[in-house]
Amino acid sequence: MSRNWISRLTGPLAVFAVLAVIAFASLAASSPAMAQSGLDPKLVQELQGGQTLQGGSVPGNVEGTSPISEQWRDVRRGLRGTVSIPDKKAGVLVQSEGENWRNMHNGPLSTYSIWVIAGMIVVLALFFLIRGRIRIEQGKSGTTITRFKDFERFGHWLLAVSFIILALSGLNLLYGRYWLLPAIGPEAFGTITLWGKFVHNYLSFAFMLGLAIILLMWAVHNIPNRYDLIWMSKAGGLFTKHSHPPARKFNAGQKVLFWLVILGGVSISLSGWSLLFPFEYPMFAKTFEILNMLGFNWILGFDLPTTLTPMQEMQFAQLWHAILAVFLIAVILGHIYIGSIGMEGAFDAMGSGEVDLNWAKEHHSIWVEEMTESDAEATKPAPAE
Amino acid sequence: MARMKFLCDAERCIECNACVTACKNEHEIPWGINRRRVVTINDGNEGERSISVACMHCSDAPCMAVCPVDCFYQTEEGVVLHSKDLCIGCGYCFYACPFGAPQYPQVGNFGSRGKMDKCTFCAGGPEDNFSDAEFQKYGRNRLAEGKLPLCAEMCSTKALLAGDGDVVSAIYRERIVSRGFGSGAWGWGKAYPGGAS
Repeated sequence: MSRNWISRLTGPLAVFAVLAVIAFASLAASSPAMAQSGLDPKLVQELQGGQTLQGGSVPGNVEGTSPISEQWRDVRRGLRGTVSIPDKKAGVLVQSEGENWRNMHNGPLSTYSIWVIAGMIVVLALFFLIRGRIRIEQGKSGTTITRFKDFERFGHWLLAVSFIILALSGLNLLYGRYWLLPAIGPEAFGTITLWGKFVHNYLSFAFMLGLAIILLMWAVHNIPNRYDLIWMSKAGGLFTKHSHPPARKFNAGQKVLFWLVILGGVSISLSGWSLLFPFEYPMFAKTFEILNMLGFNWILGFDLPTTLTPMQEMQFAQLWHAILAVFLIAVILGHIYIGSIGMEGAFDAMGSGEVDLNWAKEHHSIWVEEMTESDAEATKPAPAE
Repeated sequence: MARMKFLCDAERCIECNACVTACKNEHEIPWGINRRRVVTINDGNEGERSISVACMHCSDAPCMAVCPVDCFYQTEEGVVLHSKDLCIGCGYCFYACPFGAPQYPQVGNFGSRGKMDKCTFCAGGPEDNFSDAEFQKYGRNRLAEGKLPLCAEMCSTKALLAGDGDVVSAIYRERIVSRGFGSGAWGWGKAYPGGAS
């Protein structure tokens, strides 16, 4: 806005006129070549000549306002000019979106992420205190049944280990500056975080591979069926003792987890891909366009922006990547809980792959029936060691 | 203590790119890195104006605020500097910076960024003044030599001004008054909101 500099001008002008007179007296002898000091004698003469400069008027009365002032407003709104250097993105003089990104990153993202994660831990702790460890009601049978083959466990642990390291190195980026840095000092923290970045970049591929493996292996077992409704109606027996709704290989809870991991994992991989190859794989404008078409704009009450600058693409990718990561961390905390201290006998499924028969009968009754039927034709159940 | 600022007078900049070249030469900046650049709006049309832009050494610097390793610091003169020993090249400062100042050499695989590089207001970095390490990482420390940034020092039209913010703005005000027009101290509203130092 032209008003901006005019108003900036009128205030100091009075002071300036006085200063100019003083300065003229003292600096008249100094070299005019010293561009960074001294004042133009001609200007002082002009001012002394009694020209009135007030009320927002501009001395000289030439080109004081538009059309150029219009352009500066557009520049402040992110107008891209031309540059002679190869990176044409550098033609953007001001990207005000950076401020929004900063406010989101340092504001809600940092604030709420920790509440989501801490909240999940508190909920799990309360669940543990109230419900306690879910025991095998019939006790261990002494006989085991193969729940997950070696390759299934490999896929799971590839995904799990990479996820945990990705999560920790990611959280370090968000909170390390405030928690870890003061504890270990800037040098050690800088080194750890740098390695964290490398590990985060490379392990992302292990994560994606793990995700692909479990998708191929387990998608068919995670198609919803009629048992899921029963399981859901009884909340899986999680909150009621002696309740063991039937399930096949995976119960409804596991299916929800599976699809959350798959959808969340694919989305976090895609946004991560955008971040890994900066500015090369913009995805958000297209995604927003599809979401608008699907009616999300109606739900939100506004249209999602479908024209984004390359910078905005990166900013959205970073924010979405982080939001999704926090969500998945919270979900996986629940998964880790129920797969370890939350339930007796559950860890064996992914540990040795051999679960106790009584555990299997309580939690995956239909699956056990199916397995023992086919096993009876092939081999006998392996005896416990 | 003087508060160092850049000011580019769009009515004077002739897009000669000498500031860019001077900067590259003075600090021996590698290919692909531009601590300073000249942007032209309305190129070839009426109202064409050019602005030379680099790090504006903001009062409430967004880069400092978002850096995950807290590698930035601001000198008593308001110059925003950073430590390349701590920088991990995550790109966050680039996402936050309104002026597109941070630059990254591409190193290694994918689009992985090296240590961030940006305008230092010719003030070096955390290494000892005039040390080889300082020059290698951050370039010349002209401020410690008692000189101002080279880009502005050698600007042929004196479009680009660098130095004590009060002096720089006084010169610019003088120009506006004498010639009767100007497009404002470009970027100052963004870099120094509320006129804060």
